[in-house]
Amino acid sequence: MADPNADQKKDFEKDEQRATRPSCESSPEFCGRTSGQGKEEKYHEESKQWIERLTVTPVGPIPVVRTKLGRQDILGKVKVRFGIGRMSYKIKPGLYAVGNPGPGSPVLVSANYKLSFDTLRSKLAGLDAWILVLDTKGINVWCAAGKGTFGTEELVYRIEDSALNRVVSHRTVILPQLGAPGVAAHEVARQTRFKVIYGPVRAADINNFLTAGMKATPEMRLVKFGLKDRFVLTALELANPFKYLVVATAVLWILSLLGLHLFSWKGWYPYLGAILIGAFLVPVLLPWIPGRAFAWKGWLLGILWAAWANIHHGLVPLTPSSWQPALVYFLLLPAISAFLAMGFTGSSTYTSLSGVLKEMRYAVPAILASASIGIVFLAIVFIRAL
Amino acid sequence: MREHRHLRNVATLAYNPNLCTGCGMCAEVCPHAVFSIQDKKARVGDRDLCMECGACAKNCPFAAISVRPGVGCAWAILISEIKGREAPTCGCPE
Repeated sequence: MADPNADQKKDFEKDEQRATRPSCESSPEFCGRTSGQGKEEKYHEESKQWIERLTVTPVGPIPVVRTKLGRQDILGKVKVRFGIGRMSYKIKPGLYAVGNPGPGSPVLVSANYKLSFDTLRSKLAGLDAWILVLDTKGINVWCAAGKGTFGTEELVYRIEDSALNRVVSHRTVILPQLGAPGVAAHEVARQTRFKVIYGPVRAADINNFLTAGMKATPEMRLVKFGLKDRFVLTALELANPFKYLVVATAVLWILSLLGLHLFSWKGWYPYLGAILIGAFLVPVLLPWIPGRAFAWKGWLLGILWAAWANIHHGLVPLTPSSWQPALVYFLLLPAISAFLAMGFTGSSTYTSLSGVLKEMRYAVPAILASASIGIVFLAIVFIRAL
Repeated sequence: MREHRHLRNVATLAYNPNLCTGCGMCAEVCPHAVFSIQDKKARVGDRDLCMECGACAKNCPFAAISVRPGVGCAWAILISEIKGREAPTCGCPE
């Protein structure tokens, strides 16, 4: 009898190569970056800014970290949000402490991306706990779990390397739930005798989780993607296209100084708008824009924007002389916003690899076609204007 | 808050209830509450909410769950396509 799932299975096997090396998202929230290999690791300076003092333990002095973020911590956070120095924002892996922990205090496991670590410690005011920081190469928990650096092997190694069994009398480590894609709890238990308990998704819930006897409510288990999350993430979405936009503007401006008048604010602002739509407006308005595919949402707002720009430029209603420049906007603007909106899939917390692959199968050829024809007409319009 | 939804019927999530012992790990680790435990067995709810993070499969001690884990990230996929056979990874442009 034919297996009805045979095709799917085949796809599944074909992609197995990919499957054995899962990795991470492009969002700053969930992502950092691997450093150069073989080089001496450079970690964030262990300053009084974030380390309060040292505490003596059976395995030696352990840094006690502050639960209140300092000015430099906040400045660092803002910088990495805009993609500045994000790949080297990491702390030394190993054991840390908050408050006055003893042998019975809980052990919280975290990543060595300083942004993740700072978020965690800032939510631990009033608690006595150990923090075991894994070497995730400066990548946040979720992303690192996808890559496997926040993984079974590293956790087992770090538990042994820090001699955790001599620091605490219990045999439990609390992991952030989002570390679960990288860690097999039963394997860790087998290899180290430490039981893995998955804590809440958000560090803000840790206090309640511990008070409830290490029980997470269903609410604590859910990943969300609210307006504020999306708004914060647009900073990085905007930072990259704007780099190119600044370069393009500079080039066109210099050309116009040389007498080649390609640059005018009126001709240029529709492109700026298309970038803002794809990288900012679509992410922020995401759930309210009709449709499911990100590229579609970007195209939809992009085509409306193109219509508005054409009306504003007096190109619509179309005339024999206006249809070509109008077509340039109709083809280029939605392509730009669709492409940038599609990129936000990586920042979202609900798209799957299969879903994005399917979306891209249709969106990428459509965007390429629209953009290419648009560029051809743009060239025609320019040549005619010369 | 409005619920987010991406494309329908795409998730590679597969579950074999015969291997399930109802330990509940899958329900614990799933960030979108796809799994629930009913009558000492895991039950798959809304598959369209699955984002293929792979946490359930990784943490199932009885290998009752399989999923192709990966990044739902268009940049990562584009970069991996351009670079050739490399798997999509965190391609955060810096």
